[in-house]
Amino acid sequence: MKAKHQRLALVAFAIVAIVAAGLIAAWTLRNQANYFYLPEQMTAEPPAVGQAVRLGGMVQAGSITPQPDGITVKFIVTGNEESTVPVKYSGILPDLFVEGSGVVAEGSLGPDGVFQATNLLAKHDENYVPRELEGLEGHNAADYAADTTVGIE
Amino acid sequence: MIAELGLAALWLATALSVLQIMSGVMGLRGDEKGAVLAMYARPAAVVQAFLAVFAFLLLLWAFAITDLSVKLVATNSHSMKPLIYKLTGTWGNHEGSMLLWVAVLALSGGLLAWMERRLPEKTMSATLAVQGFVALGFYAFLLLSSNPFERLPVPAMEGTGLNPLLQDIGLAVHPPTLYVGYVGLSVAFSLAMGALITKQVTPDFAKVMRPWVLFAWVFLTLGITAGSYWAYYELGWGGWWFWDPVENASLMPWLAATALLHSVSVLAARDALRTWTIMLGVLAFSMSMLGTFLVRSGVLTSVHAFAVDPERGSFILALLALYIGGALAIFAFRAGSIAEGKRFSVSSREGALVFNNVMLSAILAIVLLGTLYPLLTEAFDVRVSVGPPYFNPAGAIFAIPMFLVMAVGPLLRWKQDKPARIQFELMLLASVLISVVALVAILGDYAILPVLGLAFAVALAIASFLPLRGRNIARVPTATWGMVMAHFGVAVALFGMASESAFTQERLAAVTPGSTETVAGWTIALEGVDPVAGPNWTAVEARLSVARGDEEPTIITPQARNFWAPAQATSESALITRWDGQLYAVIGDQSDDGRWQLRVWWKPFVTFIWYGGLLISLGGVLSIIGRVRVDLKRRRATRKARERRDDKIAIGEQAQPEPAE
Repeated sequence: MKAKHQRLALVAFAIVAIVAAGLIAAWTLRNQANYFYLPEQMTAEPPAVGQAVRLGGMVQAGSITPQPDGITVKFIVTGNEESTVPVKYSGILPDLFVEGSGVVAEGSLGPDGVFQATNLLAKHDENYVPRELEGLEGHNAADYAADTTVGIE
Repeated sequence: MIAELGLAALWLATALSVLQIMSGVMGLRGDEKGAVLAMYARPAAVVQAFLAVFAFLLLLWAFAITDLSVKLVATNSHSMKPLIYKLTGTWGNHEGSMLLWVAVLALSGGLLAWMERRLPEKTMSATLAVQGFVALGFYAFLLLSSNPFERLPVPAMEGTGLNPLLQDIGLAVHPPTLYVGYVGLSVAFSLAMGALITKQVTPDFAKVMRPWVLFAWVFLTLGITAGSYWAYYELGWGGWWFWDPVENASLMPWLAATALLHSVSVLAARDALRTWTIMLGVLAFSMSMLGTFLVRSGVLTSVHAFAVDPERGSFILALLALYIGGALAIFAFRAGSIAEGKRFSVSSREGALVFNNVMLSAILAIVLLGTLYPLLTEAFDVRVSVGPPYFNPAGAIFAIPMFLVMAVGPLLRWKQDKPARIQFELMLLASVLISVVALVAILGDYAILPVLGLAFAVALAIASFLPLRGRNIARVPTATWGMVMAHFGVAVALFGMASESAFTQERLAAVTPGSTETVAGWTIALEGVDPVAGPNWTAVEARLSVARGDEEPTIITPQARNFWAPAQATSESALITRWDGQLYAVIGDQSDDGRWQLRVWWKPFVTFIWYGGLLISLGGVLSIIGRVRVDLKRRRATRKARERRDDKIAIGEQAQPEPAE
């Protein structure tokens, strides 16, 4: 093989690999489109039972009910519309998890229609003033919850 | 006065960066006129470094004394804060962290100008011009849109404080480390552009570039490791990697830098991969700029994204487009004119390195697309979130062949080799892989990726030492030890990740003082819950008496803290570390009937993740030491040879008979 051919082969290989990466990414990302659900989406087109998804929305006022075992809570997540999804979570609640706040629940839908959360993400605000969490309503909360999908906070 | 002095220093540094660009460009002319002005490029870079660092020290001082007439201090600090967090708070905000970034940038430019004497003068001129250009953009960004020294019309009575999450020693080290890495890549970028402009992409150039890449890469590795550990113990979730966009922003330059590191080594040792190395130099710095953009522009909402200011976002985006666009344009014009390097066969050390370079680039593409995708769809009002179900499998498709080749590559010879020669090693590695997979599969029902991870980790750990087989250990070069150590570090980290994912055990319970829980052979007894207070927080603290088997119990104290400036709650996990893992405890809320939520994890070999990171960095440090030692030895040898020659001439002169009067 001449040097020039070798260089071409190298470039071709690199391009093939990067394009493959792009295609794999595109294909997987298309499936990811149904990874994040708003409550109205979850009621309209529920994900398969047991499929790992995220549910984002607002914690409905007055809906947080601690269970007798002391570690489980049930609450209801609402979004822009009237749709609601009941959620069950066992674990330590995030510090900013309060009624009316945005929340993202990671988990899967159970056969009984209750979302079984394995992890709750509530958000810290970028100015470090959690006050911004108060007074969020409806549309705001849903937008806000969707932003919360960065896992680190 | 302090603030005005800092601002003046910054403006002066900006002026010097303009001088640096002009003299660097003049140096390219190569005639006498150019040479006169070119002389100023190096001093301009060095003085600029002093000024920028001086400005940063002044801001640090303003934070130390809590000068509440400075807006930045008033909005990000508090007089009641412990001194250490007053100091670290300097870079716990947008303006301060950008000043730190600029200071590190100027410092590395200054070091380059001061120390680097091996490059051809013209290439050095071009490099310094590019470095000055990068610096100028960031000075402009700082001075025009994020002035850290802005005064308040009326000094504040009290500061608003610092996010309690950031009041942690992890914050003291994590961002500066990462910045040194990011900015170190700017030097690699400038060097690559300089060499490209003067068409001097040679092994000698690669030898100059290599320590800078290594240096940046070591700091990136340390920064990512520290950040991961910080998130792990401070956020109270027990997770070590979340595929958060901000984490990805540091992972992407690391991937590019890792590829660059290997390709620059090929160029230095074998004179191959010339254009590829330049391309990666541009890519690596692009990724660190992109990281800065993602974190600083407010397009992400995250604990790291301080600024939600579209103007700032556009500014960095413009800089990104200017630098990367410019670099790619020069690349397109010049790439064809770079002479070809040496050829090599597919089955050779170079071949393996190229393969892994491409795999790293593919993983980079996966991470990049996954990180940007939500931003793209949001432009069309579709909100998507991309998480582990995307990154893990998509990344693994390229990581698995990469780990395979990584195990075999260092065993191959340069230029050309036959796989048959390393038959024994190949068989050994294959059997290790198969037996680990079989063993874990028999033991239980685990997910496929952690099992593969374990198998690759074990095989890679063995493979990383195989290059030493049959060699005189005492005579192995330090740089080779660096490679062995870094590759072993990857195996160790991989082992920790896979083990944590596969074998973690968890106990979640509502407990009252006196009750006992068990997890993975540990007994955990709650002795009591007490109120405690710190300098700027109060907390409830659980006293847990934990013991494994029959051993003496140890007391650990997880806390749920409440800060009051600003008002925020955090949970402080309690950890107990053993050689084979960590016990991780978090205390939650008290329920109405008086029981406390308690969550305890046993995470086997989780610490290996960060030990691995440290080993990888250590490998980088060893490589730097090895290279520098070889260089010094060579330099000493040339000096000796010159002295000997001079001596000879001197002796020759003496031998000449004195002219007679």
